[in-house]
Amino acid sequence: MLTNFMAWMDKRLPVTDAWNKHLAQYPAPKNFNFWYFFGSLAMLVLVNQILTGVWLTMSYEPSGDGAFASVEYIMRDVDYGWLLRYMHSTGASAFFIVVYLHMFRGMMYGSYQKPRELLWIFGMLIFLVLMAEAFMGYLLPWGNMSYWGAQVIISLFGAIPVIGDDLTQWIRGDYVISGATLNRFFALHVIAMPLVLVILVFLHILALHEVGSNNPEGIEVKKKKGTIKPEDQSKFTFHKQYTDKYDIVDAIPFHPYYSVKDIMGVAFFLFIFCWVMFFAPEGGGYFIEAPNFEPANGLKTPEHIVPVWYFGPFYTILRVVPDKLFGAVAMFGAIIMLFALPWFDRGTVKAIKYRCTLHTINLIQFVICFIVLGILGTKSATPLNNMIGTAASFGYFGFFILLWFYSKNEKCKPVPERVSH
Amino acid sequence: MSNVPVNNGRRRFLTAATAVVGGAGVVGVAVPFIGSWNPSARAKAAGAPVEVNVGKIEPGQLIRAEWRGKPVYVVRRTEKTVADLADLDDQLRDPNSEKAQQPEYATNPYRSIKPEFLVALGVCTHLGCAPTYHNGDFDQFVEGTSEGFFCPCHGSKFDMAGRVFQGVPAPLNLMVPEHSFTSEDTLLIGVGQGEA
Repeated sequence: MLTNFMAWMDKRLPVTDAWNKHLAQYPAPKNFNFWYFFGSLAMLVLVNQILTGVWLTMSYEPSGDGAFASVEYIMRDVDYGWLLRYMHSTGASAFFIVVYLHMFRGMMYGSYQKPRELLWIFGMLIFLVLMAEAFMGYLLPWGNMSYWGAQVIISLFGAIPVIGDDLTQWIRGDYVISGATLNRFFALHVIAMPLVLVILVFLHILALHEVGSNNPEGIEVKKKKGTIKPEDQSKFTFHKQYTDKYDIVDAIPFHPYYSVKDIMGVAFFLFIFCWVMFFAPEGGGYFIEAPNFEPANGLKTPEHIVPVWYFGPFYTILRVVPDKLFGAVAMFGAIIMLFALPWFDRGTVKAIKYRCTLHTINLIQFVICFIVLGILGTKSATPLNNMIGTAASFGYFGFFILLWFYSKNEKCKPVPERVSH
Repeated sequence: MSNVPVNNGRRRFLTAATAVVGGAGVVGVAVPFIGSWNPSARAKAAGAPVEVNVGKIEPGQLIRAEWRGKPVYVVRRTEKTVADLADLDDQLRDPNSEKAQQPEYATNPYRSIKPEFLVALGVCTHLGCAPTYHNGDFDQFVEGTSEGFFCPCHGSKFDMAGRVFQGVPAPLNLMVPEHSFTSEDTLLIGVGQGEA
């Protein structure tokens, strides 16, 4: 019965073929470690955001007069409304945690290097859209921090010479942030951005499966066709799209091996996620900020306008520059540097394990600077904080510049032909 | 298939013509999508001028008016305050109001129509926060100056003519909106002098 149904389907749509190509017969390197959980976790969080988002939309009212009250209504009167909202707000922070770790994994193992540049670019586009999505979503509760956070970020566009003021007015649809701004952000947040996000994730995975997964050793498991003796090849059956072009070594099918492994990651992740969601849904004031418990008020600025924690690093770079235009340029520049990472790195050895000590130190200082920038982004701008922030900004940009210089003639350790364990 | 010989030149012309016409169509269709993001007629109407009675403001007092959803600060400056403005010139970014942050008729040392009244948007030119008015205790921010505006967000400082101090994130003086006096005590914000 089921066999007949699948045969009927397969004649009309390549269902089994796609399943095999991308899951049951996809050759994944056998040496994935825990850093490889975060891709599938990001997918899990995306599903969570879409699902809870759709449900929140059912009770939310996107208008300047009704938004704040409708969020209170969701929290107090809608059955399980509080849970759906906390799943969504905790999910937003979890998304960034998972994505930042996922990106760090890529930097550590050189997963952005040739031939995976486009894969990295798709990932960066996802990151960019995710930031836009999160920023617009943060306006929707129409709390006072929502309002003033949006005010600060939209003002950034005012730094653009000549067209700046008209552009900000066009984005707001009013002389100030108002219900008009809220409504368009709502439309973008629930329809436009998620659509783009899902398409980009689809392309990200297609591109990944075209070039194949990297691994902690940075050794390709797809070897040139005819170079590996049959007895040395991987014993598993892989899809002919891969085996026609390559001899495959040291790989296992994604399903069931990594799908089962990822369940472990999911279980561990959900423990932490649920703990935060049930016991600390405001994330100590970092996930939902205190001023957001009062409605948006254009005449009352919160004492400290700080962005949600995940924008912290970029916000600090913005404000340590004592010039409006250059501050904005530096902030966007910080993201562009990441985009261009595959071209800053002129080396051919991927994994940190086989690269020079300087690279390890450089990557560690980058991580430290990133975390310091992130912490400062949630603090007020005292002269001392600005000084530390300036130093950390130099460290952030310095990582890329330095990398460009030493990666050209880097003294790397010899990379083995095969994954050894 | 007909047996008419292929005319490549004609094909290229037709392809190009189709692309151009189609492109023009795309541009045309984009107009309503982009245009609908502009402030609506209702938003424009809500941005109409605002009248403020300034007769009852005490010397040194600040009142807030709301115009286009933004706070407008109106301060009755004392004669001493106005006289002291010039002392600060060397600590300011734009002491002579050279940048277009005020209407023509307010481009003067006190940045207003009447020296007595400062009318400025209470919107920091850095990232749009509302600077707070310090009357008497401003010397904690700038030594030897008792009054001024301090932005709590990123620490920008402005003097009693809304002029920005050096070494702070805000690049420009506070914006002076179009305004005029319709009578001795009636200030109209949103309509410039000689326009009404």
